[in-house]
Amino acid sequence: MKALIAVKRVIDYNVRARVKADNTGVETANVKMSMNPFDEIAVEEAIRLKESGTLDEAIVVSIGEAKCQETLRTALAMGADRAILVETEANVEPLGVAKILKALAEKEGVDLVLTGKQAIDDDSNQTGQMLAALLGWGQGTFASKLTLADGKAEVVREIDGGLQTLSLKLPAVITTDLRLNEPRYASLPNIMKAKQKPLEVLKVADLDIDVRPRLKVLKVEEPSKREAGVKVESIAELVAKLKNEAGVLG
Amino acid sequence: MSVLVIAEHDETGLLPATRHTIAAARELDADVHLLFAGAGDADAAAKTEGVAKVLTANAEHYNHALPENLAPIVVKLADAYSHLLAPSTTFGKNLMPRVAALLDVAQISDAIKIVSEDTFLRPIYAGNAIATVQSSDKIKVLTVRTTAFRAVDEEGGSATVESVEAASPSDLASFIGQELSQSERPELTSAKIIVSGGRGMQSGENFKLLEAIADRLGAAIGASRAAVDAGFVPNDYQVGQTGKIVAPELYIAVGISGAIQHLAGMKDSKVIVAINKDEEAPIFQVADYGLVEDLFKALPALAEELDNVL
Repeated sequence: MKALIAVKRVIDYNVRARVKADNTGVETANVKMSMNPFDEIAVEEAIRLKESGTLDEAIVVSIGEAKCQETLRTALAMGADRAILVETEANVEPLGVAKILKALAEKEGVDLVLTGKQAIDDDSNQTGQMLAALLGWGQGTFASKLTLADGKAEVVREIDGGLQTLSLKLPAVITTDLRLNEPRYASLPNIMKAKQKPLEVLKVADLDIDVRPRLKVLKVEEPSKREAGVKVESIAELVAKLKNEAGVLG
Repeated sequence: MSVLVIAEHDETGLLPATRHTIAAARELDADVHLLFAGAGDADAAAKTEGVAKVLTANAEHYNHALPENLAPIVVKLADAYSHLLAPSTTFGKNLMPRVAALLDVAQISDAIKIVSEDTFLRPIYAGNAIATVQSSDKIKVLTVRTTAFRAVDEEGGSATVESVEAASPSDLASFIGQELSQSERPELTSAKIIVSGGRGMQSGENFKLLEAIADRLGAAIGASRAAVDAGFVPNDYQVGQTGKIVAPELYIAVGISGAIQHLAGMKDSKVIVAINKDEEAPIFQVADYGLVEDLFKALPALAEELDNVL
């Protein structure tokens, strides 16, 4: 069984994003970039499936500028077998990403696509669902447990009210939530080994897929700032302020 | 042209998130129709303020809201509508991108403002930036951040109810079961007061200290990711960028340091209180009232003080 794992290079989750002075976007120059944390969980899950003998091959793919090769090398160092970079300088929206992933999933003949439930940059939470739609596959989104057996995937999903369990026919698309696993750190020997693993570079233009954006970003602004309030000295003072000043009690 | 809201509901009626979504839909200046698929009280839904028509599709395969089943019927109806909207809950997040892809259109996730029929505001980077986006697609598919729109009333409308033909069931996915948290407390996303605990709570057992406060205030209980990851409380308690987005009248953060991912989920609350023994904790930068104290001392004192004043 083969799996495709889609990973995105994003501003590191510990870095606070800064809006550019000209309001065209968010500053990415000289900012630490990392693999989207949810995608890391997807890579980890694929590797665990390999280790348990369920999966034969884990192929990681990223779409973006040449520097995404670093992100793919990280996934290879974690244990993925090979990588594909679909190179583009342009911003590709989730629908375009899903179209590219569909082409790759079909070309590679995979049984499973794993990806993070959302990327922490645009916070869209769309790609996995869109890909499942385009492929005509079932979708197990926000997965906190995944079991593969007998041509089916049993998925426990984190939903607003609690947990839901689904059975999906394979092939299927799974998007990962935080509690699915805890991704490993790549060891130094594995980082060295990853440099020898195959990394294929394709151009978006080679795939003959229309990925032009449908949304025009007119501007990007800072949200209205919340002012820090006051420190209170005691519970009695706190309750008095909540009651008399803020008017939110009783 | 009309706009279509996809109802999130249970066996009884609409969930509050749907009424927030209807409020957003009304800003588009068109008739609002509501798709009510699956079992439930559609007649009650027809009384909702601002709804002109309720479309019902009562087939068994719409129960549990699997997108493999729901997306085809939404797509079948879509041609008659300029906009399709659903709440940005796990229901809407799961369903709408599937609908959008089948229609070959983009989705606008988490809209917080309707600027015009094609232009919307949405938060990105955990709410650290707000993007104004303009859609060039014929049909606009949106999920709506419920806290950004004041819910319409449960009463006051008199929509016509029309049954539509169900689409065929899909065999791609089947429902096995669910474990829903049972609680007498208000639901997190619609509560007026939330008491939330973080890693500082140290154990699930200690959440009883928060429950004592919540009981006195009629509040819901929330948690930071750290508390959920540590297994103190279930996942559905999580407030934050990738959990629930809340904006109550009063949010009391206890033992929560205030990572940007958590702030993204609660910084639109009207009044924020932070109780933390670390005076450098970032949560104090957004708190209206901060108390630097050990929570194990502060919480029992707070319970007592509330008994005195309420």
